[in-house]
Order: sequence, then structure tokens, then C-alpha cells
Amino acid sequence: MNTNAGPQHRSYIDEGYSLKSWLTTHDHKRIALLYMVSITLFFFIGGAAATIMRLELATAPGDLVTSQTYNKFFTAHGVIMVWFFLIPSIPNVMGNFLVPLMIGARDLAFPRLNLASWYLYTLGGIFTIGALIAGGVDTGWTFYTPYSSMFSNTNVIAVIIGVFIVGFSSIFTAINFIVTIHKMRAPGLTWFRLPLFIWANYATSVIMVMATPVLAMTLSLVAIERIFQVGIFDPALGGDPLLFQHLFWFYSHPAVYIMVLPAMGVASEIITCFSRKPIFGYRFMAYAIIGIAVIGFLVWGHHMFVSGQSMYAGMMFSLLSFLVAIPSAIKVFNWTATLYKGSISFEAPMLYALGFVGLFMMGGLTGLFLASLALDVHLTDTYFVIAHFHYIMVGGSVMAYLGGIHYWWPKMSGRLYPENWGRFAAIVIFVGFNLTFFPQFLLGYLGMPRRYHQYPEELQLLNGLSSAGAAVLAVGYILPLFYLLWSLRYGKVSDSNPWKAKGLEWKTPSPPIKGNFEETPIVKEEAYAYSPQKS
Amino acid sequence: MAEQFDDPKQEHEASTLGMWVFLGTEILFFGVLFAGYIVYRFIYPEAFAEASRHTNIVLGTINTALLLTSSLTMALAVRSIQLGKNRLTAGLLLLTSLLGMIFIGIKGFEYYEEYKKQLVPGLNFTYEGPHVPQVRLFFYLYFVMTGVHALHLIIGSLAAMTIAVMAWRKSFSARYFTPVELTGLYWHFVDIIWIFLYPFLYLVSRA
Repeated sequence: MNTNAGPQHRSYIDEGYSLKSWLTTHDHKRIALLYMVSITLFFFIGGAAATIMRLELATAPGDLVTSQTYNKFFTAHGVIMVWFFLIPSIPNVMGNFLVPLMIGARDLAFPRLNLASWYLYTLGGIFTIGALIAGGVDTGWTFYTPYSSMFSNTNVIAVIIGVFIVGFSSIFTAINFIVTIHKMRAPGLTWFRLPLFIWANYATSVIMVMATPVLAMTLSLVAIERIFQVGIFDPALGGDPLLFQHLFWFYSHPAVYIMVLPAMGVASEIITCFSRKPIFGYRFMAYAIIGIAVIGFLVWGHHMFVSGQSMYAGMMFSLLSFLVAIPSAIKVFNWTATLYKGSISFEAPMLYALGFVGLFMMGGLTGLFLASLALDVHLTDTYFVIAHFHYIMVGGSVMAYLGGIHYWWPKMSGRLYPENWGRFAAIVIFVGFNLTFFPQFLLGYLGMPRRYHQYPEELQLLNGLSSAGAAVLAVGYILPLFYLLWSLRYGKVSDSNPWKAKGLEWKTPSPPIKGNFEETPIVKEEAYAYSPQKS
Repeated sequence: MAEQFDDPKQEHEASTLGMWVFLGTEILFFGVLFAGYIVYRFIYPEAFAEASRHTNIVLGTINTALLLTSSLTMALAVRSIQLGKNRLTAGLLLLTSLLGMIFIGIKGFEYYEEYKKQLVPGLNFTYEGPHVPQVRLFFYLYFVMTGVHALHLIIGSLAAMTIAVMAWRKSFSARYFTPVELTGLYWHFVDIIWIFLYPFLYLVSRA
């Protein structure tokens, strides 16, 4: 038994074991675990759809599923992964668990709203999954009009309702985070003493609050257009489909930063801890987060280079898109500088975080190709784009999510996961990921379009490699599910700070008590007060 | 006071900030509709001018006056609860809510008239004259925008009524009046949206 888990510290898990005690809880840590369970479920549903797609693409002729079924699978994959995994994963699981802990608060500002947000997430999920069971949708996750408003089947409406509801879930979580970070920081915890994870979640929440309502209203208009056969997006009715694209990408481009900014926050926490050095250029890291969030709102038009918007708009959006590279590069350089001369240890979270940096860089650099107007005309809607956004969104967000799960697992569960299994899974995922998606850059460059379920024989080898990689990746994703569950029962009991990390969340017992802290902590030092060890 | 807060001041500040951020999301929500409106107003100026002449300017103006009055009564309600006058506050809130309900009633009558004139796209739109698709587009926007606004107003009226009952039961005091203030913020927001809708939909080019 460790020293700080004596009988006087009843952890949040011991507050009650009944199902009801979980489903009616107001404790942010329990709600985080509720999210973790449902998000994991959605991750594997979305992953199953991807498996079918890679199986189909393993051979050149379309012999496994029909084109219509294939359309439904990639739509299901996109909708579930974007709205039910990538966007909520880090903010709603790790943010929920850690934001109050890291700033020394007893809970989020609005605990009941927080629980309501989980119920909305679940309700939205039921609508979406229901629509998929009822026959699926084949519009792609972008719901482009007039296809979605006139020609596709009626399940579109159910999926739109699902996405609409889950949008409210993210708005509520975001409002909760913004208010909590503004008003409930512990004494002494000034803005520039906040961990970068908090900065990242703050910026993400601002993006969520500013972008999500636009998506909600836009999709509502599509649904109304479908029901009444009148609308503002259908050219046959005098409307303009470009308007839909503008409004849609006004949300959906910033949404990429909703996925990747929290991932950057997680990576910063892990890298500084396992190199035992304060993060290099802390203030610039914080400014870069804000910079990415702001510029992220100005670049949506780069999704529309070939849509028929004006050439000058294209040039402007191209220029602005290049600008995002500056704060992103600042982050990568500063992580590298943090590693430099650090006493680095390669625990599993560190492997995930380093993997994240590598994959994010790869995704970012290929983003420069796509931001160039002339190149984009060649590469648009090919597998190059698929590979690019998977490197950013999946390589970035999922690597960091898993890294964060491993890093804070002892805090969440009070148990250590088996370290060697953790390292092994991290390596399998990194290898599997690159094997899956690197060939897709080449495929795209050779001209293979996205969303096709068959292709010419010449592309067989690269597609075969990609499908094989997907199998490796699947193994890598399933492994943590097993050993993490195993560790809940058999893992070594963790003390309050197994990584010797800095930060308020490590100053409370593992797992923490209901109100997080026995008494409100007072912060007297800067963030990341690690001292480098001389070797 | 809820247990996650240190003191009532912190709770008040947190709730107020939460409401402001929420209203920010609401502005963006309506922002999509305004963006759509502006785009088509630029592309089809004549059709929009023509279509707006078919809205009922008399009822629209009466409603504008009602809503502005309700903003006054709401502001007075917030003022009176800061002075600790629970009963007066309850009365003012009820009056506010009532004005909101009358607005909804008049709006409903307007809708009924437009239905009779066959101006509802998707149900019975038959329009004689030039620019038929564009006029239909205007009325589509008209119904969506006023409809979403009316929905907000109904929620606001119900909230004002609930808060009025709480005030009648003396749930508030000169020290604790956050719910009244938040309802007030929401109410003023719904008014402000109408201040934009009214000229956009009723006054486009009525000279």
C-alpha cells in the first residue's frame, strides 16, 4: 500500500460503485471516464469501417463490396471518427479529467452542464449509429450540397441531427473550460504559469465556441432544405452550393485545430517531463497556440481551390494557409530544443509523444504542398490529401491521445500499466501508421482519386502495402485495450507521482479524492520547474 | 453556493462569463443566417426589395415596439432585484414575459396571413410576378430567421416566468440575484437579434 492512499483518502472511484452513481455523477473525473468508455467504443466502430475499406482496397477490382456500400462505409468512418472520436477525445476525456486538477480547482465551473454534455454526446451517437443501421448515408462526412440536400437518401437528416446534438455537447464543454480556466485558478497560478495543456485546451475551447454554432446552423439549413425542398444551397432553387462550402469549412477547418491543439498540449507535458527540462520558450509556445487558433479561422478557403471560387480568393487563402506553418514550426523547434541536452528516458508516453512530433511534422510539411495553388490542382481529392490529413489528425491526435492515456493512467486509475507492453504498442502503432499512410502519398501523387473502391492494376503494390499497414495498425490499437484493462486489476499500485513530474495534478493522491485537493494549493513557481540532471 | 466555488463572488463571475460566452455562440448561430441573407441580398437586390413589400410592416413595427418595451421592463426587473425588491421584480418579469408572449401571438398571426397569401415555401408557395425563385429564397430566409428568433423568445419567456416565480418566493436578495441578471442578458440578446431582423426583412427598400 502506498503512503498517501490511506483510509482517510477515499478516492473518487470509491465514492460509489453502482451504475446509478456513475450515470448521475457530477464529478469531472468520473465524467471523463464515462467519455473514455463511449469514445473508445466509437473509435472501434469507426475503425471497423476503415478495416472494410482497406480490405476492399487490398485488391484492384472492386470485389468485396459494391460502390454504393463502399460510399456508406467511408461516410460512416468519416462521420464517426471526426465528430465522435477526434474532436471530443482529448478535450472531453483528458481535459475533463485534468483541467480542474491542473489549475487547482475542485471541479469544473458547471458540473451539471458537464454531465448534460456527456448525455448529449451519447444521444447524438445514438442518432448517428441508428441512421447507419437504418441503411447508411453515402454523402461523405462533408455533406456537400446539392447532393446531400436533393439526391442522397433520407438518413442524411438523422445523421445531421446526430452531428447537431454532438455539436452542442462540445459547445457546453468548451464554455465550461473557458469559464473554469478564467475564474477558478488556484492562488498564484497566473496565466503564464499555466501548463501548456491548459493553454491548448483554452484555445481549443475558444475555437469550439466560435466554430461549432456555424456548423450546427449550416447543417440545419441542409436538413430544412431536404424536408421542404426549398433552400439557399441548391442552384436549382436559386441558391449557391459554394455558400455551403464556405460555411462548412469555416467550421471544419478550425476543427482540425480542435483536434491537434490539445494533442500539442499533451506532447508538451510529456516531452518536458521525460527530458527533465523546462519546456524551451514557454511563452512562445503559448503564443503559438493562440496564433494557430487565430490563423486557423482564416484559411478555410484552401479546401475550395478547385470549387470555382474566385482566383484572388484562392491566392489569399493560399497565402494565409502558409502562415499557419510559422506557429506550427515554432512548436516543433521548441520541442526539439527542449529535448536537446535533456536527460531523456524513453517510457511509453515519451515514445508516443516523439511519434506525435514526427507524424505531425510529416503532415505539416505535406500541408505546404496542398496550400500551393498550382500543386493543389493536381493533388486535390487524391490519396495525397487522405494521407496528409491522416498524418495530422490521426497521427497527431491519436498518438497524443494514447500518449496522454499512458502518462496519466496512474493518476486516473491508481495503477501502473506494464511498461514493456506500452513501449511495444507505441512502436507497433508508429510502424503500422507509416506503412499505412506513407504509400498513400505516392498513390495520390500518381493520381489515385479518393473515394473510389477500385483502381488500375499498376497501383496494386502501394495499395497492398497500405492495407498490410492497416492490419499492423489495428493490432497496435487493440493492444492497449487489453493491457490497460489488465492493469486495472493486476497492475502495480502507483504512488501519487510515478514520473516525478511537476504540475498540480501530481500533488494529489492517485487516484484523486472527490474534491481533488484536501486544501486549495498555492502556486509559487513557474510551470515545468524541472532541473536538468547532469549525467 | 455550489461546492466547487470558493465564494459567492467567484460563482457570480463564473456564471456571468458563462452566459456571455454562450451568447457569443448564439451570435454565430444567427451569423450563418445573416451571412446567407447578405450574400443573396447582394446578388438579388431587386427581388429582395420586392419580396419584402409582402411582409406585414404594421405588425412588424408593433412587434418591434413591444419587444423594445419588454427590454425596458427586463432592465427594470434587474434594477429592482439589485435593490432587493422581490415582489416588484416578479411583477416586472411577468410583464416582460407577457410582452414576449404577445409578440409570439402577433408573429403567429403574421405567419397565418402569409400562409393564406400562399407565401410559405415548401408548403404552398405560389407567387405571381418576376423573380419567383429569388422571392422564394427571401421567404425561406424570412421563415427560418424569424422562426429561430421566435423559438429563442419562447425559451426566454418561459425562463422569465420561472424566475418570476422564484422572485415571488423571495429566492433572491440584493446580494444574490445572478439568475435574474442572466435571464436579463439573454433577453436583451434576443431583442438585439430582432433589431437586425426587422430592417432586414421588413424595411429592405420601402420608400
